[in-house]
Amino acid sequence: MATVTAGVTRTRRPAHLLARPLHPLAWWLWALGLAVAASRTTNPLLLATIVAVATWVVFARRTDAPWARAFALYLAAGLAIVIVRVIFRVVFAGNQGTVVLVPLPEVSLPGAATGIALLGDVTAESVLAGVYDGLRLATMLICLGAANALANPRRLLRSMPAALHEVSTAVVVALSVFPQLAESFVRVRRARRLRPVAEKGRVAALRRIIVPVLEDALDRSLMLASSMDSRGYGRRGSRSVVLSRLTAGLLIAGLAGLCIGVYALLDATAPRYLATPMLLAGIAVGVAGLVLSGRSVHRSSYRPDRWRAAECVTAAAGLLAAVAVFATAQVDPVDLYPSLTPLSWPQLPWLALVGIVVALLPATWGQREATLLGIEATPARASRRCCGRSTASSRTSLAATSRAGWSPGGAIRATPHPASSPTPWVSWDRTRWRGSSPTPSRRNWPTAWNNSPYRRR
Amino acid sequence: MEQLAVPPQVMRRRVEEVLDLMGIARLRRRALRTLSGGEQQRVALGAVLTSSPRILVLDEPTSALDPAAAEDALSAVLRLVHDLGATVLAAEHRLERVVEYADRLVVVHEQRVRDGKPAELLRDAPLAPPVVELGRLVGWDPLPLSVRDARRAAGALRSTLAGVPARVAPVVPGDVRDGLLARGVVVAYGDAVAVRDVDFAAAPGEVVALMGRNGSGKSSLLWALQGAGPRRAGSVSVAGRDPANVSRPEAASLVSLVPQQATDLLYCDSVAAECAAADRGARAVPGATRVLLDRLVGGPGIDDGVHHRDLSEGQRLALALAVQLSGRPRVLLLDEPTRGLDYTAKARLAGQVADLAAAGMAVVVATHDVEFVAHTASRVVVLAEGEVVTAAPTQEALAGSPVFAPQVAKVLAPLPWLTVGQVAGALNGTGVAHG
Repeated sequence: MATVTAGVTRTRRPAHLLARPLHPLAWWLWALGLAVAASRTTNPLLLATIVAVATWVVFARRTDAPWARAFALYLAAGLAIVIVRVIFRVVFAGNQGTVVLVPLPEVSLPGAATGIALLGDVTAESVLAGVYDGLRLATMLICLGAANALANPRRLLRSMPAALHEVSTAVVVALSVFPQLAESFVRVRRARRLRPVAEKGRVAALRRIIVPVLEDALDRSLMLASSMDSRGYGRRGSRSVVLSRLTAGLLIAGLAGLCIGVYALLDATAPRYLATPMLLAGIAVGVAGLVLSGRSVHRSSYRPDRWRAAECVTAAAGLLAAVAVFATAQVDPVDLYPSLTPLSWPQLPWLALVGIVVALLPATWGQREATLLGIEATPARASRRCCGRSTASSRTSLAATSRAGWSPGGAIRATPHPASSPTPWVSWDRTRWRGSSPTPSRRNWPTAWNNSPYRRR
Repeated sequence: MEQLAVPPQVMRRRVEEVLDLMGIARLRRRALRTLSGGEQQRVALGAVLTSSPRILVLDEPTSALDPAAAEDALSAVLRLVHDLGATVLAAEHRLERVVEYADRLVVVHEQRVRDGKPAELLRDAPLAPPVVELGRLVGWDPLPLSVRDARRAAGALRSTLAGVPARVAPVVPGDVRDGLLARGVVVAYGDAVAVRDVDFAAAPGEVVALMGRNGSGKSSLLWALQGAGPRRAGSVSVAGRDPANVSRPEAASLVSLVPQQATDLLYCDSVAAECAAADRGARAVPGATRVLLDRLVGGPGIDDGVHHRDLSEGQRLALALAVQLSGRPRVLLLDEPTRGLDYTAKARLAGQVADLAAAGMAVVVATHDVEFVAHTASRVVVLAEGEVVTAAPTQEALAGSPVFAPQVAKVLAPLPWLTVGQVAGALNGTGVAHG
């Protein structure tokens, strides 16, 4: 296994295999490809495969950045969607079907709501329909979550075309101001506790917080503005009014065309002439607008994210999944929408399956990069990689985590020991061990837990 | 540089060069918010340098930094001046840190601007670092600007003073049970322990200075003592009661804290409204806070209708102080009160603190400002990594320390004098110095 220290390995590597964060756009294309594939099927086997693929890749490739840690939230949200969907089906959707799971009385609403019936027998068909529908939506959400976890939002904004540069600068500034605002909010709220309350009531309390926070924000923004000004932001090339109006018009028209095109492409019932032609036209007009307005912005870009083989592979893998599902829809549409009446076990269309599994490629590609090269970008990444590198070790750590969580002796203490204790072992609750003496193998748990990628940081 | 459309290759090269020049290459992937003050200052300098300016204008480059970080930032600036021939124009309150490096000094005082060599201008400038004041007192010529120059000149002074016993006017603290008494205080945020099992006491009439580098737990300790901050273990008692367990007005009558950002306390749109709100909150006689404020600023210098943002730093601090004193607390905690204050404001603050202590209040000041501590504190507690490293009378704690010694102590080492006032007292033959 390659060392994680900052030593540079001497052997020459092809440049495209060096470990580096991929272009954020590649991750978005990959994830959108998967999401599109998910949108065209309700087959739970395929959807589950997509979720598994997305999750696998995220766990293999994500960094320790805060946005990467939010992926678990997306998974939870997906689960919630499925549950809510099923509940709605059971309560409102007047259960059809013949296979009754739970017999329930039907309640007809009186008065203005006549004709609406609640509950009724819970049938396998309606529950399954809810699950399929919810799963589709959840899968799309999880795909977007994966993109969010894998792509650095700042770098994504940086790779915006020059025309959108001012907008993206504003967004970057807003992003960096937000934590500052939160920080000053916390500070002022803390300070509020130092002063005895003069006025009771919510409005007064709110005012005591909002006024200093806003003052602080205003101060900081003025300072930021002057410092950005002194560093050359906001320089404008000469641009005539007509030209800027033209570019704005082109951009908006292109965006509208793009939206209509994408909608028509994804909605099978929309007229076909709105789909691909509209999409292409929208793209063309939009690109024209971007090029035109980009010409008047004079700036260069520091260490731009380059689009190379790895990016191509990643984007292509995601898009291939979408293409495979579309192709299956031509060949064999029944398997994509498994029949509910009569109930049947969903079949697995092999073409779509292969396409989706190909989307796993970015995960293995990343692993290969990591093992080939000893250098890591940051220590945090390195510590994550060194346990995520081999599947065997991550599996043991997973096992360790689950055992640690469930066995009576292995609970982790909520109020930890002083942080600087040299071994994580010390921070375990020893009092709980008294009943059973820990075996040597159990002694290793804390270390495994410490290295596990599932550990909260 | 992206904004200035510098070509990518040039940009890449300059960035790497600047990283090396400022010695910040190892920081390149850290988030800005996780850097220490000195490191942030270096990074800011580096960011400006990438566009290779000829002249650098620095606005108080060291005033918010602890002594070590200030050294760090200043050495970076000096390197630019010496190696690259950059011109540096710096505005700075903390003269004792920068004046020895300056080639020229511009003094703006009472709408007059004077420009000249530092050694000449400082002879009668309204503000001067302690080493210069010592030089003026003893009449050294040329006036020394650095501790090194002063030590060379101070041989005779040292032998004169060696015969004089260095006694400080004894502070007679009251009964510590009426002041602040804390035992085994632990403050922890998640896994990180900020304060580790600290015992702390401040008797009425005593001024205790809390020192230590950034992140050593000073603020956490103060907040825990006040009762508004988290405290995981230990006990705090002010006159027998724990401020964390009583109502807010009652806590305000026991102990008050002025936080680092004093403006966080102020939310009304005029000084008068602020004072009135403080009176109501503390259930004091209307006008009591205003009287306090006038006493703090030495006369009715502040207009009632002024917004607190239009006040000077020193006045704003006085307002926050008055607001916090309106509850007539037994213990006053100050977190970095000297930040952003000039010499005059600082001297006034020292006077205010001394008055409060003389009136029987226990005052705890967390600060980096060694000179301020030498002037005001009777006892010094040094924290490191949340533990008490030193707890001793000021003279003992500061005079022997390489980091915390004030300039006068450095000049006169190994003699234990700390301030120019003490030396003056000794030379006048009184033998007893007035802090």
